[in-house]
Amino acid sequence: MSISVGYYPGCSGSGTSVEYDKSTRAVCKKLGIELHEIDDWSCCGSTPAHTVNHTLSAALSARNLVLAAKQGQEEVVTPCPSCLANLRTASHKIEDEEYRPKVEALLDESCEEAASVASTLQLIIERVGIDAIKKAVVKPLKDLNVACYYGCIMNRPPELMKFDDPENPMAMDKIMEACGATVLPFPLKVECCGAAAGMPKKNIVTELSGRLLEVADSLNTEIIVTACPLCQMNLDLRQGQVNRANGKSYDIPVVYFTQLLGLALGLSAEEVGLSKLVVDPTPRLRFADVL
Amino acid sequence: METIPLNSPDREFIREVQERSGQNVLACYQCGNCTAGCPYNFAYDLSVSRVMRLVQLGQREAVLKSHSIWLCATCQSCTTRCPNSIDVAKIMDVLRHMAREAGYATERNVKAFGDAFLESVEKHGRVYELGVTATYIRKTGRFWTDVDLAPAMLPKNKLSIKPHEIRGKEHVSEIFKRFRERDAVKENS
Repeated sequence: MSISVGYYPGCSGSGTSVEYDKSTRAVCKKLGIELHEIDDWSCCGSTPAHTVNHTLSAALSARNLVLAAKQGQEEVVTPCPSCLANLRTASHKIEDEEYRPKVEALLDESCEEAASVASTLQLIIERVGIDAIKKAVVKPLKDLNVACYYGCIMNRPPELMKFDDPENPMAMDKIMEACGATVLPFPLKVECCGAAAGMPKKNIVTELSGRLLEVADSLNTEIIVTACPLCQMNLDLRQGQVNRANGKSYDIPVVYFTQLLGLALGLSAEEVGLSKLVVDPTPRLRFADVL
Repeated sequence: METIPLNSPDREFIREVQERSGQNVLACYQCGNCTAGCPYNFAYDLSVSRVMRLVQLGQREAVLKSHSIWLCATCQSCTTRCPNSIDVAKIMDVLRHMAREAGYATERNVKAFGDAFLESVEKHGRVYELGVTATYIRKTGRFWTDVDLAPAMLPKNKLSIKPHEIRGKEHVSEIFKRFRERDAVKENS
């Protein structure tokens, strides 16, 4: 069965989370999912747009859903939860006949034909499924203790995201188990990492990401598995800042679920962009005989 | 201790928050669930349940001048856990819109970061990460922002030194232009 959907990589996919984009494309190809990147997609507006105005945010996001529909895609997937939240919110607003004209006025075009949106995580678990993943695993992640961290908005608010459990999501846990890893019961799965405060209010990130690393460390986590570019950046790139602020010396690799899934499916370290991570996961992966 | 004058609630403020958020703020019975689960509470001057109470009491100034509304990251804990199904995060967002419009920015750097980000989107159609950093530094004068990350970041060769321009960048910049024109009309009417 082949699956064909529109693809919205998001801006960080060509910058700070280039390895998430790369491993997402590689994994999808391996699993028989055809991703059609929306031609000439633009930024969803991210957090800054919705903190300024909801119609502006909806128009910036809706441009992409309208473009996708024009390019023949009824459904778009994105790896980034922040893009997903904005695109999904815009989708709701343009389905509302009273609100739609406000968005159309800013966009200067009709929003009647627009694609729907979901996460690549949801696509993989619901449309490919755990059984198919298990069958496709050629390099089991045995002897690897991982904690899955979903971040705050992949599943929340539940009325909007309509995916998995909002307090105890399991999608990545199940995928990692299917890959043969030992998944630890991480209690802070949906607690915020500090989000975009890194630049303007660093103490918020060092406090909140500090809590996540502390709990992960207490469980003897070997690798933290994420699905969000901002979470990954705060925990990985800023791990040194977090350590300095809290007097700690954590050295826990933080990878995207698509990177570990890709390795289990037989992709190479290069194909999933492992060298782009700051805290190097290769010693642990070699020890667990994954590399 | 600051006293709150209960005899003169700004009813227009309550009405505006309700209308713009689509939420019934009077449904809040102060259980405190939102505050209990708020990861940002340690950094707030007003807890989120207190913000809700002050909105109910029509305390425009106290709310719009608070730091909390700028620090909230819309993590959705409050909205997810509210027993009365109030979209609290949306109310925090609307309060931030109103504070911006009223010219308050008690967390100047947070506002500067958001502005720098949107300027980049307006100009290029997509976010140019190095450009956002440069604009943020120019706006705030915080020259040393994240320079300690450079040794880890630069060898990874992730950040493009040029913006990713899209063909439809004018379509995107026109969205911003029409938004500003629309708001100017609203203010004059």
